[in-house]
Amino acid sequence: MISLAIFGIQNNAMLAVVGLLTGVGLVALAMWLAGLISPRSFNAQKGEAYECGIPTRGESMSRFSVGYYLFAILFLMFDVETVFLFPWAVRVRELGVDGLLSIGVFFGVLVLGLIYAWRKGALEWK
Amino acid sequence: MFDFSIVTDWINNLLGGFMPSWLVTVIECIGIGIGLLLVYALLALFYIYYERKLCAAFQCRLGPNRVGPLGLLQSFADMFKILIKELISLEKTDKFLFALAPYLVIIASMLAFAVLPWGKGLQIIDFNIGIFFLIAVSSIGVLGILLAGWSSNNKFTLIGAMRSGAQMVSYELSIGLSVLTMVAFAGTMSITGIVEAQNNLWFIFSGHIPAIIAFVIYMIAGTAETNRGPFDLPEAESELTAGYHTEYSGIHFGFFYLAEYLNLFIVSGVASLLFFGGWMPFHVPGWDGFNHVMDYIPGVVWFIGKAFALSFIIIWFKWTFPRLRIDQLLSLEWKYLLPINLVNLVLMVLVIVSGFHF
Repeated sequence: MISLAIFGIQNNAMLAVVGLLTGVGLVALAMWLAGLISPRSFNAQKGEAYECGIPTRGESMSRFSVGYYLFAILFLMFDVETVFLFPWAVRVRELGVDGLLSIGVFFGVLVLGLIYAWRKGALEWK
Repeated sequence: MFDFSIVTDWINNLLGGFMPSWLVTVIECIGIGIGLLLVYALLALFYIYYERKLCAAFQCRLGPNRVGPLGLLQSFADMFKILIKELISLEKTDKFLFALAPYLVIIASMLAFAVLPWGKGLQIIDFNIGIFFLIAVSSIGVLGILLAGWSSNNKFTLIGAMRSGAQMVSYELSIGLSVLTMVAFAGTMSITGIVEAQNNLWFIFSGHIPAIIAFVIYMIAGTAETNRGPFDLPEAESELTAGYHTEYSGIHFGFFYLAEYLNLFIVSGVASLLFFGGWMPFHVPGWDGFNHVMDYIPGVVWFIGKAFALSFIIIWFKWTFPRLRIDQLLSLEWKYLLPINLVNLVLMVLVIVSGFHF
């Protein structure tokens, strides 16, 4: 297979760093430009939170629904599952039926987990 | 099919003629960086224009039409205006995290952007686990959004960020699983490999039913992932002002704005790469004459055309469906998309193992 790498650069980690530095460069460039041409003025009212015109009441870091936490936990379970499935997915053609059966067990356990969470009502938003 | 590696090799040899090789690599990397930066900025600005024009068309308006021909320079003017706006520093914010959040969002989108295949030999980062890298970097964006909401010290932003976090995290699963389905079908995670595997027929045709299901799920999840369309409740303006970026001003807000539109392009670019062959022209096995004609259209045009067409669908969603509630949103993901996706993965594996595909 011929190499399609850009400029024949095979070191992809380096190119990823170039991408990262480009992002940093974009941020730096835009911040520099903004610093150059944007105005600066001070006014005590400007520092207040933008809520509704009158000063904020109470603590802004208020409590939030525990539901978000539950979904985060569920996400962790299934995201790690996806990560584990990727190497298998690449080889599924070669593994054939054997691969299907062996991953079926892993898959079954996770689906059981989903069913459990569902039956427990973790998927209901309260 | 025009091969861009001819051009890049020519530049490589030209520079290599009178320079040490490390200097050539450095210059090439700088060139790549500048190219990425330009394309990123231009595309984001074009996308803002594209979205505004389309939304105007959906609402029987004209859209931007004063600045430049057909209003094409409108988004440049907007970006300039954003640049000359003051960066207001707020009292009670966590200054460091507050500044870091938009940078994270934009850097994550830049990294994901660098992975897209623009044409033959015109792809920057080409890991052998390219698609996995793409999923990994695009999920950094959610960190930026959570940080933005958290550090702003404002109730609206906090609620917006929590909603956004729950939404993006949930829908990332669907994106991951539909990508996984297509990776299983392609048998490789390399983006070049996935594109090359669609030489004969795009995956959406060759993978038939499971590929189409994966595509539909990917498009829904992609819309949610970019916080757009019916899933824009993190920034539901009627209840949360502007969601997680309420407190941002000037170019900090501009970063969120740019990244949002670029993410739209990235999502549609990845959809075109996974299901519609990336830069690969439309080929039908056996129709050699037709395939040959299709090869005359350059890969870049194919890729950008597909990405724009898919973005059109995502923008269309936005003006068609009303906004979902958070419980509807989460139950759509966890009770419908996720189980369907798991079944679809098994279906795809059965299709692969039985060889029932084109």
